[in-house]
Amino acid sequence: MKKSDVKLISNGKRIDGRDLDELRPVEIETHVIDRANGSAKASFGNTEAICSVFGPRALFPRWMQESDTGILRCRYNMAPFSVDDRKSPGPDRRSVELSKVIRICLEPAIFLEDFPKATIDVYIEILQADGSTRVAGINAASVALADAGVPMKDLVTACSVGKIDGKLIADLCGKEDNYGEADMAVAMMPNKKKITLLQMDGILTKEEIMELLDMAVKSCEKIYEKQKKVLKEKYKRVIE
Amino acid sequence: MRESYALELIQKDKRIDGRKFDDFRKIEIKKGIAKNAEGSAQVKLGNTEVMVGVKLNTGEPFSDTPDEGMLMVGAEFTPMASPDFESGPPGEDAVELARVVDRGLRESKCIDLEKLCIEEGEKVWCIFTDIHIINNQGNLLDAAALAAIAAVLDAKMPKMEKDEIKRGEYEGPLPVKFKPINVTVCKVGDKFLLDPALEEEDVIDAKLSVSVRDDDNICSLQKQGHKELDVKDLEKMIDIALKKSKEIRKMLK
Repeated sequence: MKKSDVKLISNGKRIDGRDLDELRPVEIETHVIDRANGSAKASFGNTEAICSVFGPRALFPRWMQESDTGILRCRYNMAPFSVDDRKSPGPDRRSVELSKVIRICLEPAIFLEDFPKATIDVYIEILQADGSTRVAGINAASVALADAGVPMKDLVTACSVGKIDGKLIADLCGKEDNYGEADMAVAMMPNKKKITLLQMDGILTKEEIMELLDMAVKSCEKIYEKQKKVLKEKYKRVIE
Repeated sequence: MRESYALELIQKDKRIDGRKFDDFRKIEIKKGIAKNAEGSAQVKLGNTEVMVGVKLNTGEPFSDTPDEGMLMVGAEFTPMASPDFESGPPGEDAVELARVVDRGLRESKCIDLEKLCIEEGEKVWCIFTDIHIINNQGNLLDAAALAAIAAVLDAKMPKMEKDEIKRGEYEGPLPVKFKPINVTVCKVGDKFLLDPALEEEDVIDAKLSVSVRDDDNICSLQKQGHKELDVKDLEKMIDIALKKSKEIRKMLK
């Protein structure tokens, strides 16, 4: 199938029946892996990410330790069965880059300076991929960090936005990502609207980018409420 | 020491080498530096030096784009370029740099990949763009992206005879439609600056790499650096990149 042959919007609705700025059903669950200090699962429709957090814990080998701050390590990985054509296991160039940008996007939210010589390890696994996997991973990771009791300035909330058939949309599914004109991943600390991740590829004007950023901020606010609710419920369960 | 001096100067609206915030260092572009490559270029930004070679081979296309040539971008941070680089497989910084340059070239649709199809579904041209860092004095990404598009513009199509590539004989240039330019805008405190020198790179809070096409459309964005940015910062940074990209594009012939 060629890119130009695919029609992604008809009668103002997207291929899965959504409005332009409508998110897929967002599900977040916390404390899903018993051995981890913190864990969470996040899904956007058919996209599903699971994340576990270990630490703060002592960092070895010793030469990697920083005497004045803790460090954050992240691993983003796609399960071989998460995509249509099996992905060969192990890191590829894409997951190496994403592991780095996810680390940088979570770092500003964590009080790493409180844990000199220690590490916090974040492991993200994509179980099902249907577009927007990195943002699902980030949403799971920040809930998992909070579940582990890591002191944070704010949660990090992420969402994807983009352009298909000339229209600006939120939360791209796999087909929209493949055949669309542009996609942009945004992560932010919603409380003060601080952007910690921004990646875009595709063709957009500056005006479209600003409009998409606005849409991303609004979408993140919806997801943020869900993240907070899940965490509050977890502690309510503990008290009861 | 020099880092804290660089920071002190930036806070006083000055820079360590006397440039203005929106000045690049002297840009030198030299094409055709590698005789055995189909296209090549060397870019110097002050003392930062990057070489890019473009090689063309034939191969089987991807199943989702059976009638398009393939583009691949790789980067190596050779250990000769900096005491901080080590030999071995590309690290995360090299991978990120290669992938950002790749997105700039790919998403801008600067190369007409459909013209590089030899036989649909069977055989297409593969363009291998390899980035070699020779000397790191800061701002590798902008230097690498500029060298990559310069090398692509320099590249010639090899001659084919009875399904064999005749190396050293050419027929015309690569079908290039656009010249994407990557501009990385850096934020230090509340100041924005371009083309950071090595000492300045260590004091940057956050960066935004913007790849701009000839028609002022933006074809890739990548936020880097350890601190967060406001939406207002992003708008300002995109404006700076749009303006600067025009100036740099004029240097590409």
